[in-house]
Amino acid sequence: MYDTPNASADVAAKATKISAKNVQVYYGDTHAIKDVDVEIQDKMVTAFIGPSGCGKSTFLRCLNRMNDTIDVCRVEGDINLDGENIYDPKVDPVQLRAKVGMVFQKPNPFPKSIYDNIAYGPRIHGLAKNKAELDEIVEKSLRRGAIWEEVKDRLHAPGTGLSGGQQQRLCIARAVATEPEVLLMDEPCSALDPIATAQVEELIDELRENYSVVIVTHSMQQAARVSQKTAFFHLGNLVEFGETGQIFTNPEDPRTESYITGRIG
Amino acid sequence: MTDASAPTPIGSGARQGKHATSLYAEDARTKKRNAAEKRFQAYGIAAISIGIFFLVVLLVSIVRSGIPAFTQTFIEVPVYLDAAKLDKNGNRDPDDLRKVSTFGYAPLIDNAIFAAVQDAGLTTEFEKAKDMRAMISASAPAQLRDYVLANPSEIGKTVEFKILASSRVDGYMKGRVTRESVARDKNIDAAHFDLIDQLVETGDVERTFNWDFITGADASESRPEQAGIGVSMIGSFFMMLVVLCLSLPIGVAASIYLEEFAPKNRFTDLIEVNISNLAAVPSIVFGILGLAVFIQFAHLPQSAPLVGGLVLTLMTLPTIIISTRASLKAVPPSIRDAALGVGASKMQAVFHHVLPLAAPGILTGTIIGLAQALGETAPLLLIGMVGYIATNVPDGIAAGFLSPNSSMPAQIYEWSKRADPAYYERAWGGIIILLLFLMTMNIIAIILRRRFERRW
Repeated sequence: MYDTPNASADVAAKATKISAKNVQVYYGDTHAIKDVDVEIQDKMVTAFIGPSGCGKSTFLRCLNRMNDTIDVCRVEGDINLDGENIYDPKVDPVQLRAKVGMVFQKPNPFPKSIYDNIAYGPRIHGLAKNKAELDEIVEKSLRRGAIWEEVKDRLHAPGTGLSGGQQQRLCIARAVATEPEVLLMDEPCSALDPIATAQVEELIDELRENYSVVIVTHSMQQAARVSQKTAFFHLGNLVEFGETGQIFTNPEDPRTESYITGRIG
Repeated sequence: MTDASAPTPIGSGARQGKHATSLYAEDARTKKRNAAEKRFQAYGIAAISIGIFFLVVLLVSIVRSGIPAFTQTFIEVPVYLDAAKLDKNGNRDPDDLRKVSTFGYAPLIDNAIFAAVQDAGLTTEFEKAKDMRAMISASAPAQLRDYVLANPSEIGKTVEFKILASSRVDGYMKGRVTRESVARDKNIDAAHFDLIDQLVETGDVERTFNWDFITGADASESRPEQAGIGVSMIGSFFMMLVVLCLSLPIGVAASIYLEEFAPKNRFTDLIEVNISNLAAVPSIVFGILGLAVFIQFAHLPQSAPLVGGLVLTLMTLPTIIISTRASLKAVPPSIRDAALGVGASKMQAVFHHVLPLAAPGILTGTIIGLAQALGETAPLLLIGMVGYIATNVPDGIAAGFLSPNSSMPAQIYEWSKRADPAYYERAWGGIIILLLFLMTMNIIAIILRRRFERRW
């Protein structure tokens, strides 16, 4: 169970966390995602890349049923989390989202204190019995979010008063506070400057120890830096899915190669 | 070097091509554009100036006409409470005292004034005490009687009593009534004013702040000097209580459901359009609806603040729903996503995150809706709250809702209909009080807004 720096080496050893089979997504009449099959493994970073509008974010939002909030959106096919179909009528999406946390493109802290931002999830899920336990969860989450040192003296200051990079790390800390098993990140660095991006990427690499991370990104360099497996989406199709090293150095599909070399997208 | 490459002369000739103009000189297009912008600004300033001008005219005229209603003329004389007339049996039994009607008290006041005039040695053509009755309000005996019934021990003594002057005398003191204007008035003569002038000099007649106007009840048509807005203020208060308690929860719940939970389909679209239309429905339509539903069908009491409040609730609901939905819409969707993302249910997301952020907007909308309802008259016409003369302070909270009453705007409307010019002055005074209420509510809205927004 020890991770080696070169995580790509032990891809095969990891258990499958999420397996998607034959997934179709429709927005009204538009067929946004076509026949996508993906296996997402535990304790590993999986990157979704592809040009704008290719459906990678849509697919990511299927994994914790965030698409349920869009009226016209319809999902078909099987998505299994640990072998359980998350679109089963018996599944409560709220319970699912506690297991599959999400970090959004734009940092979106609640307009509350830093403490309350982190404590909100544990509170509504009843993870802490008392104040001391809650304090502990908050500290642990902020440490995991690599932001504890910066905010420990002002936990009761508003979360919206932090810088963009700090806000995004706060949001990551908030997502891990509910002890999810999978962390979905929808272009988490697109609103950040290079320094903040580097910090977040470092953090993602650390999170891999405990979580299965799925990240959607526009930046191929970022995908190459942080992920062990990469999926390339194009026009709603999953074109290629494999180990990151292989996708970037020796893609099988000509479309992948064109995208990576900058000819499409 | 050939001629072709001869250095171009420095100056205007150096600039060539399409943009060969000096930056210091405006070209024709720019000039036109700048002129248009200046013109537009001038129009704007003119529009605002016109608005401010009319606002100032309005306020000045309201204040000038209404301020006199806040002072009232009294004649202060010692009144001898004759035991022989007020308490023939001499046992101060309240039931016996009550048997003496205001007719028994009127001569006491007449005599008191007559005596005061005689004692001061004022010259007057009136020889009988009764002739001076025109100077005092017809309500004065009733007030004296109330005083005696409340203080039976004062009978047989002489008490200093502030007797309410008649509206003509009051008008004379305020400059509204002149000797010329009463030339053909049967109620009062110029001679009365001569006497008043002398009484002013002796200090027996004075104008003081008129608390009774703010706290008192309406009076009959012939006694404007006695009329006050207090009871109708209570009527308005109970109506607003009904409106607040019904329209805020119903309105906010309806908007939250429509905005956050309801599926978007034809039916909800229809509801949405209808709510917008309801906001534009003339308020008298709500009045006739209230008459039909609440009074004729449900048999609720007429003229009751409860019914008025129900009708105004119907009228206020669309305002509150529209403003609440607007402020819910203004909450960024990222907050909802964030809450759902950490595993909050939709309801938790709404109540923990969206609603607190929308609260300032909701509160402002509610208070503005309430202010609108407070100033509404037309629907009250139809449910009988106009035309009822509210002479009694409601007896307890239940009576406050159920016993007939008026409301401030209805009272103002009622006064403005009456013939006596003294009522005209009171109508303006009522408007000042109403405006003060509306201003207070708006200030509260602003303060609440600021306070809630300051929490990041």
